[in-house]
Amino acid sequence: MDRIPILRMGRFLLVTIQVDMHDRLALALQDDLTNRIVSDRAKGVLIDISSLEIVDSFMGRTLGNIAGMARILDADTVVVGMRPAVAITLVELGLSLPGVRTALTVEKGMELLRAPGEDVVNGDHPS
Amino acid sequence: MATIRHERLTVTTNDAVVNVRQTVREFAVDVKLSLVDQTKLITAASELARNMVVYGGGGTVLLEQVENDGHQGVRATFEDQGPGIPDVALAMRDGYTSGGGLGLGLGGAKRLVQDFELRTEVGKGTTIVITRWK
Repeated sequence: MDRIPILRMGRFLLVTIQVDMHDRLALALQDDLTNRIVSDRAKGVLIDISSLEIVDSFMGRTLGNIAGMARILDADTVVVGMRPAVAITLVELGLSLPGVRTALTVEKGMELLRAPGEDVVNGDHPS
Repeated sequence: MATIRHERLTVTTNDAVVNVRQTVREFAVDVKLSLVDQTKLITAASELARNMVVYGGGGTVLLEQVENDGHQGVRATFEDQGPGIPDVALAMRDGYTSGGGLGLGLGGAKRLVQDFELRTEVGKGTTIVITRWK
């Protein structure tokens, strides 16, 4: 079965979703990430969805589940790169991704992961 | 209303939902829907196609490029011979689910399109027709 690759960078795990995910692939990613957080002792997960043309309720729920499971395993999750049209559609669908931290770019997402618990404001963050 | 072209897809597994999304996208691009409208239509179709697999035991999707008074649009008809929906008002309500989902599928899909029509009969099946106009 297809799998979405998970890269490790220091204490963080990076995932770039570049295919239109069918449901089993999304569930496999959820399982794989949860296992890797423990085996790699990861402190953060960054999920890049900039290639995703749509996020429907199933994918939205999966992203929320990943963030929730990571939280319980003492890791932060940041979802980055959501397209504007996807954000508009998600909110109209009724899904605002509660509990999922987001950032516009991979760079901003990494800043969030490096400074957990702090709100990183553009150009005004601890270095 | 005239149909310019159409395509029928069989949807029996979750994996086929991806195929529905891709084909809906082709229709939406042909009709030159804006990017936001494309995204809304594809997302609505994804919700309804998955519903059909999970609750209706699979079915068919008829996609049509339609024209009405010089306006073009994409119409998608989701048809299954599943158990039907006993209480439509309840099923349309946000947060209600009979299958362990989020309960956003039907009501959410309706919000994402301009025309939404649902016909259902218990024991016979459900047909949902959605249209997004340019």
